Amino acid sequence: MSAVRAPLIGRSVERKEDYRFLTGVGQYTDDIVLPGQSHGYFLRSPHAHARLRSIDIGGARGAPGVLAVYTAEDLAGIGGLPCGWLIKSIDGSPMKEPKHPVLAEGKVRYVGEQIALVVAETAAQAKAAAALIDVDYDVLPAVVDTASAARNSTCVHDLAPDNVCYTWEIGDESAVTAAFAQAAHVTRLDLINNRLIPNAIEPRAANARYSAADDSYTLYVTSQNPHVERLLMTAFVLGLPEHKMRVIAPDVGGGFGSKIYLYAEETALVWASRRVGRPIKWTAERSESFLTDAHGRDHVTTAELALDAQGHFLALRVRTTANMGAYLSTFASSIPTILYATLLAGQYATPQIHCTVQAVFTNTAPVDAYRGAGRPEATYLLERIVELAARELGIDPVALRRRNFIRKFPHATPVGLTYDTGDYEATLNRVLDLADVAGYPARKQASAAKGLLRGIGYSCYIEACGLAPSNIAGALGARAGLFEAGEVRVHPTGKVTVFTGSHSHGQGHETTFAQVVADRLGISLEDVDIQHGDTGKVLFGMGTYGSRSLAVGGSAIVKAVDKIISKGRKIAAHLLEASDADVEFENGEFRIAGTDRKKTFAEIALTAYVPHNYPLDKLEPGLNENAFYDPTNFTYPAGSYVCEVEVDPETGKVRVDRFSASDDFGNVINPMIVEGQVQGGIAQGIGQALLEGCCYNEDGQLLTGSFTDYAVPRADDLPGLDIELSPGTPCTHNPLGVKGCGEAGAIGSPPAVINAVLDALAPLGVTQIDMPATPHRVWEAIARSKR
Amino acid sequence: MAVPIEMIINGKSVATKVDADTLLSTFLREHLRLTGTHVGCDTASCGACTVHVGGRAVKSCNVLAAQLAGQDITTIEGIAPRDGSLHPMQAAFKACHGLQCGFCTAGMVMSAIDLVLHHPHATEEEIRHGLEGNLCRCTGYQNIVKAVVMAAKTMDGGQAS
Repeated sequence: MSAVRAPLIGRSVERKEDYRFLTGVGQYTDDIVLPGQSHGYFLRSPHAHARLRSIDIGGARGAPGVLAVYTAEDLAGIGGLPCGWLIKSIDGSPMKEPKHPVLAEGKVRYVGEQIALVVAETAAQAKAAAALIDVDYDVLPAVVDTASAARNSTCVHDLAPDNVCYTWEIGDESAVTAAFAQAAHVTRLDLINNRLIPNAIEPRAANARYSAADDSYTLYVTSQNPHVERLLMTAFVLGLPEHKMRVIAPDVGGGFGSKIYLYAEETALVWASRRVGRPIKWTAERSESFLTDAHGRDHVTTAELALDAQGHFLALRVRTTANMGAYLSTFASSIPTILYATLLAGQYATPQIHCTVQAVFTNTAPVDAYRGAGRPEATYLLERIVELAARELGIDPVALRRRNFIRKFPHATPVGLTYDTGDYEATLNRVLDLADVAGYPARKQASAAKGLLRGIGYSCYIEACGLAPSNIAGALGARAGLFEAGEVRVHPTGKVTVFTGSHSHGQGHETTFAQVVADRLGISLEDVDIQHGDTGKVLFGMGTYGSRSLAVGGSAIVKAVDKIISKGRKIAAHLLEASDADVEFENGEFRIAGTDRKKTFAEIALTAYVPHNYPLDKLEPGLNENAFYDPTNFTYPAGSYVCEVEVDPETGKVRVDRFSASDDFGNVINPMIVEGQVQGGIAQGIGQALLEGCCYNEDGQLLTGSFTDYAVPRADDLPGLDIELSPGTPCTHNPLGVKGCGEAGAIGSPPAVINAVLDALAPLGVTQIDMPATPHRVWEAIARSKR
Repeated sequence: MAVPIEMIINGKSVATKVDADTLLSTFLREHLRLTGTHVGCDTASCGACTVHVGGRAVKSCNVLAAQLAGQDITTIEGIAPRDGSLHPMQAAFKACHGLQCGFCTAGMVMSAIDLVLHHPHATEEEIRHGLEGNLCRCTGYQNIVKAVVMAAKTMDGGQAS
């Protein structure tokens, strides 16, 4: 009898993928060179809004090394890039969906919009030739400001004369109005959720090849969801047969949402690869990343919270204007609606909530999901207004939160979600210990002795992950299913290859998923390999975003593994001359219950492929199963964060001194990887709170177009983080009991930081500051308070 | 205009001709196919392209190959022993989960080795300051700092790359 080995689930196993990254043998899109490789370069608009009077490509066409130059004229008949989520306005009308062209048609609508594709022998030749293209622009006024876009006399698209894409609502407005009429206190807050630029360190890249031999295409691309990329590009834009295209997303250097979308560049490359007859590669320069990767956030919001005399929340009213940018990116319309307003209950039993969202077009880069995607915006608003209400009412902010926590599950919120499980009191209590809140007064005194203002801020977040039950998503306007697919291929020797539709671009799926499979099959971690990111290998996939990989993709794998075990049991029953029902599977062995008669997993695998003694009349040979998993609900991770900052009143400089986090992700497969996800998320959240802010000037020129103007956090900008994974409340509806952890840090941390800054500045009378709380902004707020 | 260059790369002599305007990062990636060195910004801001030139960390997107005649250059492909094991810094990054997507990792490891060789007793704060030329968007740096602390204990003077 083999020794029972310790479970892999729950252990911080070192990552299987690390060796290749650490030794420089990973393979990212730009590392790939195909035989006959040519290179593409995109001429981009220097203007935010202009009519294209004429485009003269003659000079470029004759330049050294140039193979082809294409403009919109060449793409006649090609569709626009589609938006995957239909949102309807309050009056029932569908959102305005102007064409999102692959190359600009007649007009450019943001700085950086692609006008022409130059293909040449080398990247340098393509770039040099692009400079010879003569574009005659009729420059128009630009619509830039989110809040006033709907009142701007200039319109971005004729289809939307008032620049409004949709005006959407959720919740019972009359019930909210009635609740406000009964309120003992109303707290009101106007705030901006600052626009962010994702900045994965690997720039977007693509390499497209056409094969005349079988009339097929291969696209290597920096994508978080290659199957979705293929489906959208072939069926909705280029009109190519889906099965004649293979999309490979090899090692991808970070995504954070920005690599979910179908972009114009790879679409143009695929189209052109057949015409040029050579593979074409394009890799964004960092300035192109700043200009053209879909941006995130960019909300302007007014919120009001009604409370009774005891501090119970009665109702929340929210009015948000959300910037879509110049065109609707792949999931843009769903972010400030389905992924935002449905989260406005947070951890609280607020009985009534009403939210209206006006989405506007502007002459800026498209805006879409960025780590958290709507949920950070909801959490920021809610945790800011709760803290403000506590301050106005003279109630301790922790006590006010406790007073309003949801305590009974399942809990249906007034904004459409039903939380299955949670224990908000537990994560709050743990973080208060972790943060040593008891020692705060002494630390505040010590800071004061140095002339510094110390503040403490709290945030209790919830998120809805595991996107999503397809039927619910469909009812809400999604134009796709949101299941996930997995395949488990057992080889004759008992080794296992798993194919998943999830995509890893830093999350460590090759390790976490292998832990799950190895444990369930009772085999060693080394005997399991995870394959992803290739439509030529993986049966299907909806990809990785919304913290869904383990909860949805992992569950699909578990389903497939269970089918393997079920078939294995039948084979074992045959070999052991027992009935299926008498065979149990444990620790990699099929055994007749209560006896020592058994077959190992490897023996069963071999039998399946060498079926000499096999029930061929009842069972097919082979051991290969696939599964599709569609969840029945979202998952609801939650947690509590505490931040302490020191503010230098002379300079306005904010230093995060302590940051503590307690997260409930349900069951945790690999704590090391999960903590890493939280650390990275918090870093991006602190970045949003203190450093990062995308700025366009009134002409629509991007002022923060490089790493010297846009402050991505560096090592010395961040504190050490104290993160504790709470024992947790396992998700009740997926087989692993997992909830998702990828976005939590970015969702929970910004309000904790800003609440801490405002707590520090409270003695000076400062009550409001917008992100990022840069030294300049903080110094100004202090200066204003002195006037 | 092509110019002749001779240098040592990962212990091997390389003698060839390159266009005068060829960046070291381009030379490594495209001419020598050493694609472990990554380009994240081409403006010396992100540090993903960091390699060692004469034992010091240099951002290879901001130096011309032709400037480095006769120099000894080490890339991420050249730091591990040939037996398949890892350099102590690589091993520490693995043990501490100091990498996620892997794109900044080569540059981060090369900078960290330089940091430890020249400041073997750096404090956590000094390590954070020393690595501020390398951007990582995934990790929040916490585990990178932890890895550098760990590697500093295991790297002895003889482990110079």
